[in-house]
Amino acid sequence: MVIGILALQGAFIEHKKVLDSLNVDSIKIRQPKDLDNIDGIILPGGESTVQGLLLKKFHLFEPLKEKIKNGLPVFATCAGIILLASEIEGESSYLATLPISVKRNAYGRQLGSFIAKKNFQDQHNFPLIFIRAPYITKIHDDVNVLLDNNDSPVAVLYHNQLAMTFHPELSNNNYFHKYFIEKIVQNKSHLYANM
Amino acid sequence: MNNTRYELNKGLAQMLKGGVIMDVTTPEQAQIAQKAGAAAVMALEKIPADIRAAKGVARMSDPKMIKEIQNAVTIPVMAKCRIGHFVEAQILEAIEIDYIDESEVLTPADNIYHIDKTKFKVPFVCGARDLGEALRRINEGASMIRTKGEPGTGDVIQAVTHLRKINSEIRRIHSMTSAELFEVAKNLSVPYDLVLYVHKHQQLPVVNFAAGGVATPADAALMMQLGAQGVFVGSGIFKSGDPFKRASAIVSAVTNYNDPKLIARLSEDLGEAMVGINSEEIEIIMEKRGR
Repeated sequence: MVIGILALQGAFIEHKKVLDSLNVDSIKIRQPKDLDNIDGIILPGGESTVQGLLLKKFHLFEPLKEKIKNGLPVFATCAGIILLASEIEGESSYLATLPISVKRNAYGRQLGSFIAKKNFQDQHNFPLIFIRAPYITKIHDDVNVLLDNNDSPVAVLYHNQLAMTFHPELSNNNYFHKYFIEKIVQNKSHLYANM
Repeated sequence: MNNTRYELNKGLAQMLKGGVIMDVTTPEQAQIAQKAGAAAVMALEKIPADIRAAKGVARMSDPKMIKEIQNAVTIPVMAKCRIGHFVEAQILEAIEIDYIDESEVLTPADNIYHIDKTKFKVPFVCGARDLGEALRRINEGASMIRTKGEPGTGDVIQAVTHLRKINSEIRRIHSMTSAELFEVAKNLSVPYDLVLYVHKHQQLPVVNFAAGGVATPADAALMMQLGAQGVFVGSGIFKSGDPFKRASAIVSAVTNYNDPKLIARLSEDLGEAMVGINSEEIEIIMEKRGR
């Protein structure tokens, strides 16, 4: 099993370190041929405008969109969820494979960044790290909300697409990476009850 | 500043990695920078090359102009305050800037003390020429470091020197025994814990960008290959013939810094680069400001 990590800009090394800790092989994705032999892909945090622009510039946009539509497991954090969203308030969307609406920088500038501690499953005080995070304003009926914060969804699952507005890769906790590998890439859904 | 805030501020710098932060002086330039793929913009009234030409005292920019730039883009907006000028920093925090650069490009306001950055919620980036400066700034609360380079010259030699120096000192500390680490902490005037972190992790505890004199895609890729985690481009873009094209090319070169064929293509037809001043011929040496 090899997981691709989109490495155009942002915190892709942080995701690689988490995968390393799970003994999962990974490669950095920078050009279309890198997409050939992967079993899943991570869209990391960073600046979504930069990543979206470079996806197009390096001809990754169409092949990646096609692969996700055809079932390639994808795990998106922060900027990544903006790339996946079918609607971005006030702007045109990017890959648009995930039927949700998001609002960019909805918590404000850096002074609005925050950490929320959450209990779910066997996790106690899991730190949800929101950095200039987007806000999910609407979700399609078929999208599962895995976690919410103050009654608004912050982590969602839609078939092969796992996406969150916070940064699990900064939390020193590999719960969501493990979830992605086991439940979506290896499809062992039975291991997980609903959150 | 509590620990949570510091983690969030270091985290924002991590999100900027692999990106280019561009100096802009107007909302229009900020939009060009964003369209070209800037990961953030630095809002300032005069770019370093013009500050150098104008001489006199260079201060924090007009907050109104910074706010106009904040309203023009969705990417993070940074702004500079003078070294030691904590009231300029308070003003920038009040207008909710995303990152403050306590910068040697402006005329220093204090010839002994830097700002106590632990008193602020908003993050700070500071320049460094060597590991000691970097760790002292981190100890004062900086959540991101950049090389000082020699700003406004289009001459990359100082940035190369500073980055190589920081990295060789990190390698040296990594190979030391624990007894030697105490001596290093004493000599660098930094807390032992920071030296121990460098020894264990073989890197700074915060993100480190290159800055000062970067003018071409090749310069940017050079800094990345030398170990920078991203690049600031000041005068190099809007002092050149075709700013959008040059900015886009520098962004692509930073992403693909190990791909000479691509960088060759990116370097074609960029129009005139900033003329540049040889760093040995200049009168004002900004890198020596603030240690």
